[in-house]
Amino acid sequence: MSRHQLDARRLLCPMPVIRTQNRIQALLPGDELEVHCTDPGALHDIPAWCRLHGHEVVSASSTGDAVTVVVRVATNRDRA
Amino acid sequence: MTDPRKAVALISGGLDSLLAARLMLDQGIHVEGINFFTGFCVEGHTHAIRKQHRERPKRNNALWSAEQLGVKLHIIEVIEEYKQVVINPKHGYGAHLNPCLDCKGFMVGKAREWMEAHGFDFIVTGEVIGQRPNSQRRDTMPVVARESGAFDRLLRPLSARLLPPTLPEREGWVDREKLLDLNGRNRKPQMALAAHYGFHDYAQPAGGCCFLTDANYSRRLSDLWETRGTKQYEFDDIMLLKIGRHLRPRPHFKLIVGREEGENRFLAGYRRQFIHLSAVSHEGPLVLLDGEAADEDLELAARITARFGQGRAAERVTVEVTDRSGGARRLTVAPLPAEEIPEGWYL
Repeated sequence: MSRHQLDARRLLCPMPVIRTQNRIQALLPGDELEVHCTDPGALHDIPAWCRLHGHEVVSASSTGDAVTVVVRVATNRDRA
Repeated sequence: MTDPRKAVALISGGLDSLLAARLMLDQGIHVEGINFFTGFCVEGHTHAIRKQHRERPKRNNALWSAEQLGVKLHIIEVIEEYKQVVINPKHGYGAHLNPCLDCKGFMVGKAREWMEAHGFDFIVTGEVIGQRPNSQRRDTMPVVARESGAFDRLLRPLSARLLPPTLPEREGWVDREKLLDLNGRNRKPQMALAAHYGFHDYAQPAGGCCFLTDANYSRRLSDLWETRGTKQYEFDDIMLLKIGRHLRPRPHFKLIVGREEGENRFLAGYRRQFIHLSAVSHEGPLVLLDGEAADEDLELAARITARFGQGRAAERVTVEVTDRSGGARRLTVAPLPAEEIPEGWYL
């Protein structure tokens, strides 16, 4: 398991989701991805996308304009 | 037991595509959604930027639809490829700069590529005959099927019984008798079906889900093409067209004026790419200057900047003008009275 970072700051919906989706496709099951955003919508959209694809949202928080979502990649190899 | 047939459904976030996919799930089809981001999508951008809208519940409608359906959603960014559709649409534009028929063919074509790459069997859309004057007519539906390369693997469940049987129907993957025969702009059948399925909070975008169907946006894009002398754009261009007031006081420059704190903050991200102005003696907007400006132009831009700030009624307002290399100077000007800003300056 390894931890990765994704800078999605200044990107607006749905780009943070797209970047998260594309990055996760290159990660291994159990890896964690820490996504940094400034669009407040990412706080809802990234977890929604994770629910659909079976990835675990480890944490999702916002402080001021900063949104951070940590995703653990699904162990199910059938994930998209 | 054989594996179910697999359909990729175009999910816009609106009601029709939600219902079309739901009808397929009813027939035991494995459905996954696909959604394309062109850069022109009306999907929360301005709501994300404008601080005053942040109190409203915000969601991505395509993701919401997928959650209602319980299916995966693949969001595909097509910004670069989509330029050919906007710049040179084979079938022309609609009422504004909306290339709806080319757009539909493009998106179904991208879905076909995805279908082939992922071993899916057919494509589903929420198209309804007669729903849209350009792209959803009885005579244009075959055009989309043909030009996308999807041919008879393109199924429109909401109007299927009014159209020739497609491969999924002929092969018995789906039961044609359980598909619908919707026609026209009347939304009542869809609303009744939504109630039947318990879909209550679906999106109802006025004018569709694309900025290119918006008259004001299209005017700004036309202005951009005309003044640059070329029909091209970059992603940042089309983003900035969504934000702020746009005024063109002179042919060789325009101003983008933030309307509130959220927009000012967003525009601030572009400071290094543009000459920009903001009042320092009073509260006021951040203003980007797109184009070239001589000293008299900068003074006019400063007066307009002052007019949209808290100092609009003051005799003099000091405005800081910063060039692209970061060099700043201050101009003390009289705010331009509202009546001296011709309507024709507004884009």
